[in-house]
Parts: sequence; C-alpha cells; structure tokens
Amino acid sequence: MAIKLPIYLDYHATTPVDPRVVQAMLPYFTEHFGNAASRNHPFGWEAEEAVEKARKQIADLIGANPKEIVFTSGATESDNLAIKGVAEMYREKGNHIITAVTEHKAVIDTCKRLEKEGYRVTYLPVQKDGLVNLDDLRNAITAKTILITIMTANNEIGVIQPIAEIGAIAKEKGVLFHTDAVQAVGKVPFNVNELKVDMASMSAHKMYGPKGVGALYVRRRNPRVLLAPIIDGGGHERGMRSGTLNVTGIVGFGKAAELCQQEMASDTERLRKLRDRLSDRLHKNLDEIYINGTMEHRLPHSLNISFAYVEGESLLMGINDVAVSSGSACTSASLEPSYVLKALGAGDDLAHSSIRFGLGRWTTEEEVDYVADKLAHVVTRLREMSPLYELAKEGVDLSTMQWQAN
Amino acid sequence: MAYSNKVIDHYENPRNVGSLPKEDPNVGTGLVGAPECGDVMKLQVKVNPSTGVIDDAKFKTFGCGSAIASSSLATEWLKGKTVDQALAIKNTDIVTELSLPPVKIHCSVLAEDAIKAAIADYKKKQGVTVEQNADRHAQPTA
Repeated sequence: MAIKLPIYLDYHATTPVDPRVVQAMLPYFTEHFGNAASRNHPFGWEAEEAVEKARKQIADLIGANPKEIVFTSGATESDNLAIKGVAEMYREKGNHIITAVTEHKAVIDTCKRLEKEGYRVTYLPVQKDGLVNLDDLRNAITAKTILITIMTANNEIGVIQPIAEIGAIAKEKGVLFHTDAVQAVGKVPFNVNELKVDMASMSAHKMYGPKGVGALYVRRRNPRVLLAPIIDGGGHERGMRSGTLNVTGIVGFGKAAELCQQEMASDTERLRKLRDRLSDRLHKNLDEIYINGTMEHRLPHSLNISFAYVEGESLLMGINDVAVSSGSACTSASLEPSYVLKALGAGDDLAHSSIRFGLGRWTTEEEVDYVADKLAHVVTRLREMSPLYELAKEGVDLSTMQWQAN
Repeated sequence: MAYSNKVIDHYENPRNVGSLPKEDPNVGTGLVGAPECGDVMKLQVKVNPSTGVIDDAKFKTFGCGSAIASSSLATEWLKGKTVDQALAIKNTDIVTELSLPPVKIHCSVLAEDAIKAAIADYKKKQGVTVEQNADRHAQPTA
C-alpha cells in the first residue's frame, strides 16, 4: 500500500473527526437546528433531546450521571470553570490550591491569575519519570487547601499521573479534586468513581469529535461540588455555564464518546503495538536516544523521545512530510524550550532535542515504519554536522563545558 | 514556520561540513552558543601563512535550520577572504542573504560571533594580541 504523505502523528494536538461522527452531526446543522433552550416548540425539543442523548453518551464513557456533565467550549474553558469556580465558591473555606509544574497552560495560567487575586498556589515538582510524588502532595495540603488540580495524562510526554491515589488523598483530607483529563478520556479507562475525581475536563476534538466543544464533569454526590460560573447569562447548564448550547458540536462529542467506549480496547491494543514498534525501530537504528517520562504509566499511543546532539527544529525540517511536535524552543511561540521536559530535570539540551509522537485511529504500520526510518536517516545526518556529537565522541563531557551563550 | 529557499538549500546541502585539525597553528577554531539555548556553532578557518588568506573553512552546527544555514553560508563567504576582510562580515549580511525572519536573527549573530571567535583563536596562535572580548569560544573547564 502506498503511503499518503504528509503523515499525521500529532494526535495529541488534535484528531480528525471520525466520519461516523460527522454523519451524526449533519442533520443538526440544517433539519434539526433548534435552540435546546426553546421549551415551547418541537425544534427546541429535538435539540434538547439530542443534547441529553450526548450528555448520557459522555457520562457513560466516564461512569458519571448525565446530570454531572456541563458542556463548555472546550477543555480550556472547563479548566477555567473548575478552578476559578471552586476558588470563588469556597473562598471562605480557604485560599490554597495545589497543582503541578507540568500541567497544561490552561491550568497553570488560571492558577497564576488567582495568585494575583490573593490565592496561594503550590506547584508540585515532578520526578524524573514525570509523575508527582504523593508524599509531596500530602505534605502540601493545609487547612486552607480547597482544591487539588492534577492532570490525568500529560499532553507532551503522555505520562499518566496516579489519579486514583491522588483522589483517595483528596477525599481523606476533604479537599476537592479536579483533573484535566483531556488526553486520557476516550483513550484509556477513566471512571470518576473509581478514581474519586470531583471534576474532570474533557474535549471533543482530542477524541475524534469536533473542535469548539468540551465538557466539565462536576460531581453531584459525595460531595456535591458547587461552582461559581465564569460566564453569566441565561442560566444554561444548571447555571454553571450560560450560553446557547452548541448542539451540533455536542451531538458530535456524544457520538465520539460512544465510539471511543466501543473501540477503546481494540484501539489501545493496536496503538500500543504500533507505538512500541516505532520506539523499537528507532532504538535499533540510533544510539543515545532517550524516552521522556515513564513508559510504565503512559498513554498507549504516546511517545516522546530526545535525540541527543540534534536540535528539534532542524529535525522537524528534515522530516517535513511528517506532522509531529518538538519541545525545542524554536518551535514554540514563546521561544522557550518545553517547561514540561525541563521539569523532568533532563537538561535543557534534551528538551531542545525532543520529538512528541502521537498515534491515532488511522495510523498504520507502514506509516510508523516510514517515520522511524526517515528519522534515523535524518538524525544520523544531523549528528554528522553536530559539534556536540563530535565532542561527545571525543570523550568530552558536555556538562563540564563552559558555554558562551548568546 | 516557512523557510526561505536559501535556508532550505543550505540545510539540505550544507557547504563545508567537517573539521580541521585544531592543533594546526594556521587553523583558528571558534565554538559559540550553548546546548541549553538550542544553538552551538563550531566554525574553523585555515589561513595560508604566506598570503594571510583563508584557504579553507569548515563548520559543524547544533541548531535549527536557520542556524545551520547561517554557519554554512559563513564558511562559503570566508574562503578566499583575508582575515581582516573576514572580520568585516556582519550578521546583517547573513540576514539579508538568507531572508531570515526577526525570530531567527540570533542565528546570524551567532554565526558572526563564530567567525570572530575563530579568527581570534587563529591570531592568538600566531602571537597577535587579541582585543578583549573577542575570545568568545567555549573551553572545557577541566
């Protein structure tokens, strides 16, 4: 089978909409276009019915009650609503929030804003494997702690935090627990009761649904979580999120959730094999490549590798028919190397040399082989022109060099 | 990011990749940048002692495509120039030639630094007093 180029291996960034999802959505653009809040005519009823069906499909995927699903515009909004909503609602109880340094910016920057408003935030470090230390978490909790927000799976390195253990600690201490579960929901088993999660952020476009729609799971029992809304208006979504519902998007989100639930086991097995094949093939052809984050607790479709002595952007240039991401400063808007990789303590140079691979529903073995072989070729070529590789081969310890930074 | 055709050409067909013997008294070596910043350039010149003209130039670069292109271009320009002519190469010349966007100007600055460091090293070997601040290349501390 001929390979179609370019190859997409950036499924952490976004996913294509599954054609079955598109089919489910189409009637809601034209035929059933009603406003789900129109209570007095069939157009509204049809829309509401479709929304409620989707709410159930999503709730089923995470073991929740449909009433616990609040639709939003995406996971960034969900993170904002959970964190700011708890902060405002529980202000009298305390002003302390615990998160981790490797969280998504939607969580980190929300916490930073709250700090300006007088809240205190603890940013837990992560270990070399990318996971938070549970003793650090326990020690960080004070009488003033109102919220722990730790992501389930990391968007850059794919590691899965010990969510059930964190949930148990939060419960024991009577602190609310929010998790940004965007990368995990639909990909790996995620049950809000087994994990003792009080709030969870999700996004449709990371699971073969459309962009522009997400949800926040908000626990209704043991405990009942109360959130101050961040968007005021018509009181939709039980007052937690005003604004006319994105019915087509929500229908697509629901269908995507249903498909993920049905196909999770087979997708997981297939993708883990492909991911391991990619890793094995790279390791076979190249020395001094390092996997970032633990392989033991990781999304099955995720791989992040640093190719020592080679800079990430130049590597991407050499594989310009493959869509992947790099932690290199040159590829980021901020011109800073990945803060997630820096947090692992591997050294900035390895952050600059990293590539994130995200496999997905339509990734094939041929594509994986093509990418692995092409990368091996490009890395070898770039190392031949790398002064760092030359020095290392001469036996110079690069960490003892005094560099003239510009 | 869209690269100019010249950057792509230097990236795909880099000129003068390699190394010259570091201990040769007629070879000057410049090593600038830092791995944690994502750019390291090694640039070497070999000067003909009787004419003072740069006979050969080689580079190795760890960095983005623009950094590779800047150093590759620098070696092309260095060959055939006298030491003083080489010192007249400005980073802005590189920016213009490669159509580097503003975020990549530092790559050209690094290439200029590498030229200056290589020539300073050569002059030092020749016993010429080097003006302060020109000796910018990295050294192992041990």
